[in-house]
This record gives sequence, C-alpha cells and structure tokens, in this order.
Amino acid sequence: MLSLIVFLPALVAAVLLLVPATAPRRVFTGAWLAVSAVDLALVVVVWLTPGSGFRFVERVAWMPTVGISYHVGVDGISLPLVALTAVLFGACAVFSLRETRRVKGYVALFLALQAVSLGLFVALDLILFFLFFDLSIVFMYFLIAGWGHGERARAAALKFFLYTFLGSLALLLGFILLYLAAEPHTFDIVELAAADPLAGGGAYAGLALLAIGVGLAVKTPTVPFHTWLPPAHTEAPATGSAILAGILLKMGTYGFVRIAMPILPGTWRQYAVVAVVVGVVSVLYGALVALAQTDVKRMVAYTSVNHMGYVVLGVGAAGIIAGTDDQARQLATTGAVTQMVAHGLITGALFLLTGVLYDRGRTYDMAAYSGLAARAPVFAGVFAVAAFASLGLPGFAGFIAEFQIFTGALASAPVATALAVAGILVTAALFLRALQRVFLGPERLPDAPGTPRPFADLRASEAAAIVPLLALATVIGILPRFLLDAIEPASRALVELVAR
Amino acid sequence: MLWWLVAVPLLAGALLAVAGRRADRVAPAAGVLVATGALAIAIAAAVTRPAVDAPLVAGIRAGLAVDGLSALMVVTVAGATLAVLAHAVGDPELRTARFAGFMLLFAGAMLVTVTATTLAVLLMAWEVMGAMSWALIAYRWWEPESVTAGHTAFLTTRLADVGLYVAAGAALAGGAGSLALAELPGANGPWLHVVTAGLVVAALGKSAQLPLSFWLSQAMRGPSPVSALLHSATMVAAGAYLLLRLAPLLAATGWAAPAVAWVGAATALLMGLVAVAQTDLKQLLAASTCSQIGFMVLAAGVGGVRGGAAQLVAHAATKSLLFLAAGTWLVLLGTKQLGELRGAARRHRLVGVTFTVGAAALAGLPPLSLWVTKDLVLAAALDRSTVLYAVGLAAALLSAVYSTKAVWWVWRPAQPEVIAGGPNGTRAPAGRGRPAGRLGDAALVGLAVLAALLGGLPFVTAGARPSAWWELVLSGLLAVAAVALTWRVAARMGEPRVLASWLGVERAAHAVVVRPVLAMAEALARFDDRVLDRGVTAAARATVGVARVLDRRGEGAVDGSVRGIADGARALGRLARRPQTGQVHQYYAQAAAALAVLALVVIVVR
Repeated sequence: MLSLIVFLPALVAAVLLLVPATAPRRVFTGAWLAVSAVDLALVVVVWLTPGSGFRFVERVAWMPTVGISYHVGVDGISLPLVALTAVLFGACAVFSLRETRRVKGYVALFLALQAVSLGLFVALDLILFFLFFDLSIVFMYFLIAGWGHGERARAAALKFFLYTFLGSLALLLGFILLYLAAEPHTFDIVELAAADPLAGGGAYAGLALLAIGVGLAVKTPTVPFHTWLPPAHTEAPATGSAILAGILLKMGTYGFVRIAMPILPGTWRQYAVVAVVVGVVSVLYGALVALAQTDVKRMVAYTSVNHMGYVVLGVGAAGIIAGTDDQARQLATTGAVTQMVAHGLITGALFLLTGVLYDRGRTYDMAAYSGLAARAPVFAGVFAVAAFASLGLPGFAGFIAEFQIFTGALASAPVATALAVAGILVTAALFLRALQRVFLGPERLPDAPGTPRPFADLRASEAAAIVPLLALATVIGILPRFLLDAIEPASRALVELVAR
Repeated sequence: MLWWLVAVPLLAGALLAVAGRRADRVAPAAGVLVATGALAIAIAAAVTRPAVDAPLVAGIRAGLAVDGLSALMVVTVAGATLAVLAHAVGDPELRTARFAGFMLLFAGAMLVTVTATTLAVLLMAWEVMGAMSWALIAYRWWEPESVTAGHTAFLTTRLADVGLYVAAGAALAGGAGSLALAELPGANGPWLHVVTAGLVVAALGKSAQLPLSFWLSQAMRGPSPVSALLHSATMVAAGAYLLLRLAPLLAATGWAAPAVAWVGAATALLMGLVAVAQTDLKQLLAASTCSQIGFMVLAAGVGGVRGGAAQLVAHAATKSLLFLAAGTWLVLLGTKQLGELRGAARRHRLVGVTFTVGAAALAGLPPLSLWVTKDLVLAAALDRSTVLYAVGLAAALLSAVYSTKAVWWVWRPAQPEVIAGGPNGTRAPAGRGRPAGRLGDAALVGLAVLAALLGGLPFVTAGARPSAWWELVLSGLLAVAAVALTWRVAARMGEPRVLASWLGVERAAHAVVVRPVLAMAEALARFDDRVLDRGVTAAARATVGVARVLDRRGEGAVDGSVRGIADGARALGRLARRPQTGQVHQYYAQAAAALAVLALVVIVVR
C-alpha cells in the first residue's frame, strides 16, 4: 500500500517522459492532478484503517551485507505528514493548471518530488531516508533553476543545493556513526531505536548527535543555518516555494522526531537545552528579521524560520525531564508535530498567494502595492485569512500547535518559552504591516513595464488550490481531535522512548 | 444548548463574512435575526444553567458552562449585540455582510469567553475577540488612520495576551493540568504567582486599564456601533469579567488582589480626569469606559464580585446607549466635537433625551443604575481600605463632571455656522445619514430604560442588600452637587495637554517599545544579509579559491611528477632501442660481451 502511494507518482512521471513535449499541456497537468487525487484517496484509506504503532509495514532485503533494507511503515507521527504531502501536492497540481512554461518537465519534476517526499516520511531505514532526503534536494534544484525568476534563480538554486547537500553529508556521517555503533550493524530505524546503541553517551554519541543535528538543522532550517532559505524562496516559482516550505522543511524537523530523539534518547536529553536555545533564537530572530523585510515573499520565508523554531523548541523541551511530567512533554511533542502540519498548510497557502501577487504585479516589493482590497477583494480576504492563520490566531491550526508547544514547554524551559511567546507578538505585527502595505489604504498598483494587464482578482483555479488548504487549517483549528487522535499515541510512545 | 449559544453567532458570522459583498443585501436583517436568536438562547441558558465539554488536547478539555456570573454575562452580551445591530441597520455605511459578520463573530467569541471553564478555550476566544476588534476598528480599511488604530488595538491587547499563554503553561507546570479555571488557585509553589500575574496582565490589557489604556483612544476611529459593542459590554468588559471570575485566585496569592484593586482605582481616577479633559465626545466616552471599568477591576480586587458584576451589566447598557447616540449624531451632523455638537440634542429630541438618561446614569445620579452598582463596589472597597474608598469616591465624582460636560454641550442652543464647518480633521462626511429608523430608535429607548433601571438587578437576582445606607446617600448627594457645579462652569473647563493626550502613554510606548523593536529588526536583517549570508558566500568563495590555488600550484606539481615518470620511461625506452640494430655481427658482439660478463659474475660469485 505505502509502496503504491510512494511510487505511483514516480511511475506516472516515467510514463509522462515518454509522451512528446508537444502534447497538449492538459495531458501533463491532468495526469498530475489525477495522480494526486488517487494518492490522496489512498492516504485517506490508510488514515481510516485502525491500528497502532507502525502500520502498513513492508520490509524487503536490499543490501543485507551492510544492514540496509527497503523498510517502510507509518505511525501517528509520519501519517499526518504523508497526508500533508498528498494534500499540498494536490493543491499545487490545481494551482499549476495555468502553468504554460515547459509543462512536461515541470510536471515530471513535481511528480518525482512528490514520490521522494512521500518516500521520506514512510522510510524506516536510515539509508532509504537519506536517499529520499538527497533526491528531494536534486529535484528542487532543477525546479528552482528551471522555473524560477531568471538568472538570479540559478544562483539561488545552486546555493540551495550546495548548502543543503553539505547538510545531508553531515547527516550521512551521523548515520554511519550510528551504524557502526549498533551491534549487529544495521541502518534500520526501528531496530536502532529499540537497541539504543549509544545509551552509554560519551563523546562518540555526542558526535553522532552533532552530525545528525547539524544535518537536520540545515534542512529545517534553524538559525544560523538558514541563509539559503530566503533566496531559494524568493527566486523559486510559487508552487516550488510552497513545496519547499510546506514539505521539504518538514524533512528536517521530522528527522528530529523520527531519528535523533528515539535513537539517541540519552544524548538528546543531555543536549536538549541546546535545541531549546536554538529554537528560541530561531523564533525571535526569524520573526524580527521578517519584520524588517520589504519583499513580501522574503518576509514569508523568514516567518518559516520563526515557525520551525517553535518545532525545535517543542522537541527540545520534550527532552528535558527535570521538573516536567509526561503530560507536558507529550504536549510539547504533539505540538511540534501539529506545527509541522499547520505550517505546511498555512505557509503553503501564503506562498501560493504571493505567487498570485507576482503573477499580477510582476514584483514582490510591498511598497509597489497599496489598497489592493478595492481591486481584488477575494484575494485580499484570502490573504488576510492566511496571514491571521500564520500569526497563530485561534481557530486555525497554527494556534493548536503553538498553544501545545508553549504549554508543554513552559515547565521545563520557562524563560525560553516566555521569550518564544513574545514571538507571536512580532509575527502579528509583521503580518498586520504587510496587510496594511499591500491591501489596505488608498489604491496604488505597480506600473512598471512588466505589468501586462490590470490587477485581476483570485481566479477559480487559484482559489480551488488555496482555499482548501486554509479550510483544512481551520478545521484543524476548531476540531483538532481527528488529527490529535492520530498524533497523540505516537507522541506518547516517543516521549517514553526519550525518557527511558 | 450551550454549543448552540456560541455556534449560532459564530457560524452565522463566519458565513456572512465569507459570503462578502454577495450577502450585503440580506446582512442587516440576518444580523438582527441571529442576534435575536442568540439572545433567546442566552436567556434560556441563563435559566437552565447548562454545562458542556469536549476533549481538546491531551489532558485539557474545552469546557463551557453557565453559572451565576456567566448567566448575567451571556444575557448582557447577547442583548447588547442585538441592540447595536438593530441600531446599525440605520447606518447605510454599515449595511454590509462584512460588518454584520464580524460583529456576530465577535459576539460569539465573547460568549465563549464568558462561558469558558478552562483556560485553553478562554484563550482561544480571547484572541479571536482581539482579531475581530482589529477587523472592526479598521472597518474603513481605505483610511490609513483607521487601520493603524486597528493595529494599535490588536497589538496592545495581544501584548497583554502573552500573559494568558504564560499562565496556561504555568498552570500545567503547577499541577493544574486540566487548565480548569476553578483549579487554578490550587497551582502549587511559585507557579501560582506566575499564573496569577499572567492572567492579571492579560485582563488589564484587554480592559484598557493603566498603563495600556491608550489603545482604546485610537479605537474610537472605528464606526460608533463597533464602540457601542466592543467598548461597553464586551472586549473591555472581558478583562473585568475574567478578574471577577478569578477573584478566588487573586485572593490566594496575597499580592494580586490589592495590586488589582489599586490599578482599578488608579485607572478610575486618572481616566476620569482624562475624560473631563476631552473635547471629542467619543474620546470622552472612551476615557469614561476605562474609568468605569476601573470600578469593576477594583471590585475584583476587593472581593466585591456581586457589585462588580452589577456594575458591568449596568455600564454595558449605559455605555452602549451613549456610543450609539454619539454615533447617530456623527452620522447626522458629521462631527463628534463637543463644541460643534451644540444643539444636537434639541434637533434630534429622541436621541437627546435618551443620551441624557444615559449620561445621568453615568454621572451616578440617584436613583439610576450606576449610582447603585458603583456604590456596591465602593462599599466593598471601604471594607478593605479607606484610602481605596476615597479614591473610588473621587473617581465617581469625576464621572458626574464629565457626564454633565457632555450633556451641557449637546443641549446648548445651536449655532448653525459652527455646525457647518470646522478645522478638525476627524469629521465624517456631513449629512450622509438619515435618522436611525424605528429599529434604531427602539434600541436607544430600550437601552435607556435598562440604563435607568438595572440598578435594581442585584437586589432582584441575588438578594443583595446595600450594607451602608449612608454611603449611598452620600455619594448620591455628591453626584448631584458635582452635576450642579459642572453645569455652571462647563464652558470654562480647561483641557491640560497631558490629560487630553491620555497621559501620553502611547507616545511613550512608541519610544520605549515600538521604535526599538523596529530598529532591532532592521539591525538583525542587516546582520543576516551582511554577516551570516556573506559568511556562507565567503566560505563558498574560499572553497573555489582553494581549488584555483590547487589547480595552479598543486595540480602542476602532481602532473609534473607524473609527466616526469612518463618522460623517464620514454628515455629508458629510447636507450633500450639502441642495441636493436638488426645487424647480425653487432648481435654477435653483444652476445660475446654478455657471455664475458656472465662468466665474470660466475667467477666472482663462486
């Protein structure tokens, strides 16, 4: 079942490559839409199938001499992310119905990206994880370089590729250290988590966690490893940004909860305070730098640093045992996972919306716009909803996530958490300012030579891509139980693993 | 039923807001209809006292319940919403789905706030209220000043809301894992103080108590019906409600109750002075709101929950009425400056009379509502501290002064040339409106009746008995005297700048908080671009540089040695080719020489 979900997009991508590029673009976008729909339906089936622990497990020997197997399965931590991937790629497929530039390659790359993203979240083998991790970088590189905004996009893509590739090498080093420490040697995540090979701690365990931590921190990204993110986002096409922020960043944070915490529990506890500090610095730094941006897409990019900081704070707090109880640590962990989903939905929608803005005005500069609400009321309304969702307003998924993180983390890291709470004030300020600059006040449109037509309101296909994301974020914000019922058992198990 | 109470306005509001311009035609009627329904459910809930809850997150439930205090609140909130929406039907600018939708969403959030039994769901509704207040204050989004006012309101109240987030975490850390409001006083150790401090900060911010009062002044840029709902019965009242609800928690800490009482008393006094110094009717009413809510906060601090709640309800009706009347004049005459409102009450008799009833209640004139409720609060304060009582009494006198000032101006004989124009930039386009219509008049009259009579409420519902008759009589006499005195000097009252500018707190906040944060953001952004990012780029450049050096130096050396080996091999090859001449006699000679050497070797070795 999981293999079908993962490899269906790859298979269709391969078939599409055989279709001549001169075929009508509807063939390609339609195929992508169909695949996304089927994948989403399959994920819903998986979601509705009862069970506990790892489900839908498939294991096939791959390179048995070095302890590598094709091992996949989902639990309550990975399933929400798999579902998020299916939803967000579906939204991007709808959004891309209007894409006209070299559609064949574009769709094929997205399908490949979809396959590796799904694969990463179900992978239960370190090498399989690493393979998908690296392939995601490769495909995203081509997307940014090929479909971004011109020459600067290629530079940004190269920076993105090299920086995150370097991070993935650190990750590989950490994986090899884990492999060598385990007896018998294995790359299997479940076996490693059960064996806890580096329970004794020491410098070796610290080095392994450092390598893995740096590798994941680059991908997440946390301060100070985030500088590849703003140019990559700014230059990428809207759908690429949405996937980059919505899915690829989650690979980093997912690595913390899937690999770093369960396999190195003792070392994680020992250095949890580092994660807390890095998380809080990311929260405040990301929010403040975002506040100073004049480019709306760069601003949203920096808010990703801020939002991922909450996740890191949550997983860090989950590693601090002193002065906390199970409920607090479970809240922090569940909150971190919820935040991954919430950020994927909300920031994905925000990036698609900035794509709409660029499509109409050919610039991301907020100073070029004013009073768009008069010309495009639906667009303004949807953007406002996304902005308020992103600043953590209750009623949207972001609040459910952040509230759990704050509430769960305060006991173990009171000062850090109190500082992080102040971050929601800065995000509120920056989104309100952005709304005011672009949408409110007297009307003014960019009149630079690249503006082809008068500012049109949100089109049906754009709305059909963006509104479901926000609707889902609202449902999670008001009726979160369907999501939390999935996450909570897994986060309870994780908390127990970390505390052993 | 309780779910319905909150779901009906929230769902209807969301639907209207999402439908947007398409629903404009039906919105006013739908708004009134939904508000009526909500009021009916609220009354039913107040009688039956239901309680519901549902799981929210691990170990924390979303609970709603109606108890004595909540029963009072839900009816007040639903009633005020109905009155305000009914009145707003008459204002063409507000006949939109956006207005009705956001008002209903706001009312729904307030209903959740006053029925919440856990901190989690309280916090959710609390923040939604803040966001809706942004949307409503910035209703005229094309005016930059309105939007900025919305920002100020939302950001200031959210600054205080940080306290709620911290309180939630501290409650969990302190052992009150369910976050139930009733369990908070049981939080252990230092966490109890953190919980209390967080909640107090949040409540004071929402209630526009000192020093966070300034956002309410800015909020007056919003439409008047918005003020009539948000800045009388809801929003600002939410903070007071929370403190009244948590009076046991305040008492449990020892320091919180007196602190809250003093903040309330100080706000009542200082904001009363500020109100006296205003020349703009809405600003006067806003400052008066801060001051009157100060009494409720004072009540929470001294444990006079019953008096505080009665004050809240009576003030809600009174201030809704006053804001609606001021809004009516603003629509009809295009001004809210007291000097330009001369004769307003004479030209629009019904508005004038109802306004006067409200102002008389606000002044604390016997036997109107606020006279009774305020004195219930003051009596409770007297039990604790004479000084608190004296401050409260002085604040009560001030309310008589500013109420009289407002009434005096609107009943002055009209001066038409003054109405026609003025230098003040706050005027709305004059004469765009028409009288508020029968529904609007009914709302004014209904509120006026309530403003007059609600003082009896505590005696009817709770069987309260005024503890000190002399106190009631004294304050009533003082109020009458203050009114009489003010009526004589109203034209000559000064407006000291520090009071007129709401004590200058906003400017201080800009200087101390806003500008430094913005400057820090700029500095960090520069650091990000020039240091962090350059560092990465520099590392990449350095790698390329090292590669070049290796290419130029190292590569030459390595390649040179390889080439040297090859050259050597070639030279050896050339040497080896020499003997291969193809001439037999030379091969013989070579064979002979080789044999000779071999023989020599054999001899030497053996």
